[in-house]
Amino acid sequence: MSDARTDMLGRVNKALAILPERAKLPDWDAELAIARKLVEERDALEVFAERIKLVNGLAMTDIAELATYLKKGGWLSGYCDPALVPLLAPKLGPEFNLSTEFDRTRVDDFAFGITRAAGGIAETGTIILNDTLTSRRLGALTPWVHIAVLPRKLIHRTLTDAVHALGDDPNVIWCTGPSKTADIEGILIEGVHGPGAQIALVIE
Amino acid sequence: MSVSPIDGFAAGLTTETRDAVYKSTKTTHEKRTKLLFDHFPDANRLREIAGEIKQHVIENLDTYLPEVEKKLRANGVQVHWAPTAEAANQAVLDIMRKRNATKIVKAKTMVSEETELTHFLEKNGVECLETDLGEFIVQIDHDHPSHIVRPIIHKSRRQVAESFEKNGLGKYNDDPNVITQRARVFLRQKYLEADVGLTGANFVVAESGRLVLVTNEGNSRFCLAATRCHIAMVGIEKILPRDRDLALLLNLLARSATAQQLTVYTEFIKGPRKPTQPDGPDEMHVIFVDNGRIDVLASDCRDILRCIRCGACLNVCPVYRQASGHAYRSVYPGPVGAVLSPLLAKEKFPELADLPKASSLCGACQEVCPVNIPIPDLLLRLRNKNKQEHGPSSGTPPMGAWSILASQPFAWKNALALGGTVNYVPRALMPAPLRKWQDVRTLPPWRGGEFRKWLKNRPTSTKAQS
Repeated sequence: MSDARTDMLGRVNKALAILPERAKLPDWDAELAIARKLVEERDALEVFAERIKLVNGLAMTDIAELATYLKKGGWLSGYCDPALVPLLAPKLGPEFNLSTEFDRTRVDDFAFGITRAAGGIAETGTIILNDTLTSRRLGALTPWVHIAVLPRKLIHRTLTDAVHALGDDPNVIWCTGPSKTADIEGILIEGVHGPGAQIALVIE
Repeated sequence: MSVSPIDGFAAGLTTETRDAVYKSTKTTHEKRTKLLFDHFPDANRLREIAGEIKQHVIENLDTYLPEVEKKLRANGVQVHWAPTAEAANQAVLDIMRKRNATKIVKAKTMVSEETELTHFLEKNGVECLETDLGEFIVQIDHDHPSHIVRPIIHKSRRQVAESFEKNGLGKYNDDPNVITQRARVFLRQKYLEADVGLTGANFVVAESGRLVLVTNEGNSRFCLAATRCHIAMVGIEKILPRDRDLALLLNLLARSATAQQLTVYTEFIKGPRKPTQPDGPDEMHVIFVDNGRIDVLASDCRDILRCIRCGACLNVCPVYRQASGHAYRSVYPGPVGAVLSPLLAKEKFPELADLPKASSLCGACQEVCPVNIPIPDLLLRLRNKNKQEHGPSSGTPPMGAWSILASQPFAWKNALALGGTVNYVPRALMPAPLRKWQDVRTLPPWRGGEFRKWLKNRPTSTKAQS
């Protein structure tokens, strides 16, 4: 193995030795990569709600609204991060079955999954998940509906801000709308492997 | 003049396929341009800077590779080095054998297409499944992808429905929604059964050792939620210097590839799962693959290593739009493939030497490239390389007779005068190559000598002035 390493790095060195000088790393203004007209002078939540809608996701601020939405879809049983049950169970009502255990042998029994979001991005309508706050990767991924509970103050204004906040978590996932494909004849289909419905429940 | 292989492939396409490829590449290209320039007043500046960053990386791989290796190790990642395709495949198999693993699920990675990993693992008794919908269909059809981002751009829903039926995935139904739901049900069991998940990487950041993966379907996310071991196969050129550079590259990649502001899932992987997280790999490997890249680095075509595999140059290319991807007979089609494929083919270069010629050098590919690769220049360098190393190939008309004529005024004058007889030769009597040439073209009437006549008879006043 180390032989392969020595061999490859040796050949890289040789390949580059012929260059009279090397290209410099450009410094660039962070402003360059911000779609400023999308985010300027407006409340981050307002922009977030608008952008998430454009990618066929949903932002809600009211638990009763979420309950109505889930009932309408017939999604009454699902996984819920244990830490969120005290907040949600009373307001969702008794017809909902919130399971705090996720069983990977019966993934299809969970119609929805409710987990905490680590942040949001207004510019793109993105929900941020990570290993620290998402109680189960599978619980946020396999159900048809994923609900991310997102404290309003965690919404970043721009993608650039969110890049700066990546931190040390080993698994940061930006989710921008529901899982989708256009592989077959370019026709957009949602819910390929992950959620077919992506919801941000924004709380104060 | 023989028909070039690309023309041959283009001629063999059904109208249905050609229309499908043409329409969807054109639509994606137009949306891409609108989105990019709507959002960024100085969109071309983004491309130029991104190009400079990637050029800096490839010209400093000697320092970046050890740096990124160190960071990955510090993040708890095991790093492997694979000089060849065989070594890369073997590394995957060795990791699996060590874990007694027999099942692997795969997200889309171009480098594993290069190494033909799936085929290799299947031969060695491993159940290896592509999970990207398009790649999955390619796998069950024993076909090849024809586009970097849209592997089955060449297939109709009817063809897909037929393959699903043939492979026991339900009765014939060509509704894309039904097809996708069937794949969802079938594949999720496969993820949950597999021990190992394999991905590529769109970027690896040197300063943090962060791997970045982008997908729309969420298949790579599933690979990294259901399995216990993550293997990432990564070409050595995938490095970015700093996390902050991601802001630029991610904005460019999604818009260029699929005309989206951002792909649905952007994953930033920095080692195995957290101990408090119940799901996901607790073991992670990165295999750095050469497979010809270092030779490209040593050549005067090294700029092609900037490529971030977005497929924008395919979508805009008039040749790709007519010929589709299989015409390029290699993993990478389109303008990027016309440069990269012959180079990666090494000693088989002559077999693909026609690819750099399949271009009018119109420059559209460079104009859309998110890392501003001078593809037309590289195509010219490869044409030259082929001529220097292998001499004129078939398809190039001999120019010897022409150069004798053109260098001797007397011979030239007579040739011009005699050329007119061509207008009276019936097509059936013309030499075979010329006849063939006229299959798809009309020879204009010969008007040789007109200019000389005009020059001789022009008014004398003009003569005096000059």
